[in-house]
Amino acid sequence: MLPTPNLDHITSNDYENVYEPAEDTFLFLDALENDIEFIKNDVNPCICLEIGSGTGCVSTFLGQLLGDGATLLLCTDVNPFATAITVKTAIRNSIHLDAITTNFTSGLLPRLYHKVDILCFNPPYVVTSSEDVNSKNFIERAWAGGIYGREVIDRMLPLVNDLLSSNGVFYLLVISDNKPDEICERMWRDYKFQFKISASRLAGREKQFILKFWRNQTCM
Amino acid sequence: MRLVVHNMLQCHVKGCNSNNFPLRLFDVELEIHEIEFNPQFLQSLLPKLDWNAFISTANQIGITSLPQTLPEEIDEDFLKNLHRILFETHIMQGKMVCSNCSHEYPIKEGIPNMLLNEEEAEEEAEVEAEAEED
Repeated sequence: MLPTPNLDHITSNDYENVYEPAEDTFLFLDALENDIEFIKNDVNPCICLEIGSGTGCVSTFLGQLLGDGATLLLCTDVNPFATAITVKTAIRNSIHLDAITTNFTSGLLPRLYHKVDILCFNPPYVVTSSEDVNSKNFIERAWAGGIYGREVIDRMLPLVNDLLSSNGVFYLLVISDNKPDEICERMWRDYKFQFKISASRLAGREKQFILKFWRNQTCM
Repeated sequence: MRLVVHNMLQCHVKGCNSNNFPLRLFDVELEIHEIEFNPQFLQSLLPKLDWNAFISTANQIGITSLPQTLPEEIDEDFLKNLHRILFETHIMQGKMVCSNCSHEYPIKEGIPNMLLNEEEAEEEAEVEAEAEED
């Protein structure tokens, strides 16, 4: 088992501006680690993209699993503090990645159209009011998911279809409140993505899942 | 920001749909950060690069050691030179300017900022429609 990336360069002051890794983050690391043979052998990624990288923990870990310099690791976050810390986390753990401050993938499409082999998204998933989704506070924006905690997730789903390469895989963290059955149904119905639960955990009152999506090859 | 990333970025101001790639670089400060040479990975990435955009951008910042078109025969010397330019050359400060609408995207501490304000931002749905046309 690979240890969690070293985060000791991040101060409590920094955590006022960036989402501090928690159970959800660690579940994401577990899912990636469990899938590493599949990722290395079957996907053999050239381009990896993480939306909302926060501290950069997930992408740094992916970089450690794949080996530095073996793939292009791209991270986006709408919070400039987060992209700055993402880069520092990677450097702290001897990983090279590239961070871009942007909203979802604005500026990266259409260049990345059908080019992303591993796509990761730990979204704002907490059920809140719609207003909270557009909070001026970056920490709140990191977890406020609006109605059913789905407002940001639902904006991402069509982009997944644009981004994923033919054998690309999308890892998405959700909780029960987000109605994961409905997400999977929609991904199949609208984009013919197959899916499975890659990992799950009960964290306090929340049941967390990492959903994994990939294109149905036989339909192409 | 490495040149490989610059090759993936274009202007997304609402209505700016042509001549918006690549973004022109100005006032750049460069640093070299070494990273392990991985020829297999580099070869797999090559087809995903927009070579013309890459060459014109490299020229803008004074890098002229690369050919205008991808050679038929790719040897290790070529790959090592490409590795240095594509993966090891970082733009630490500067700005990216759209040739079409002149919007400026800053680069600070090696990170490009592509955020737009509400009036400037294009709806995601429109970007999807454009991507499908490709």
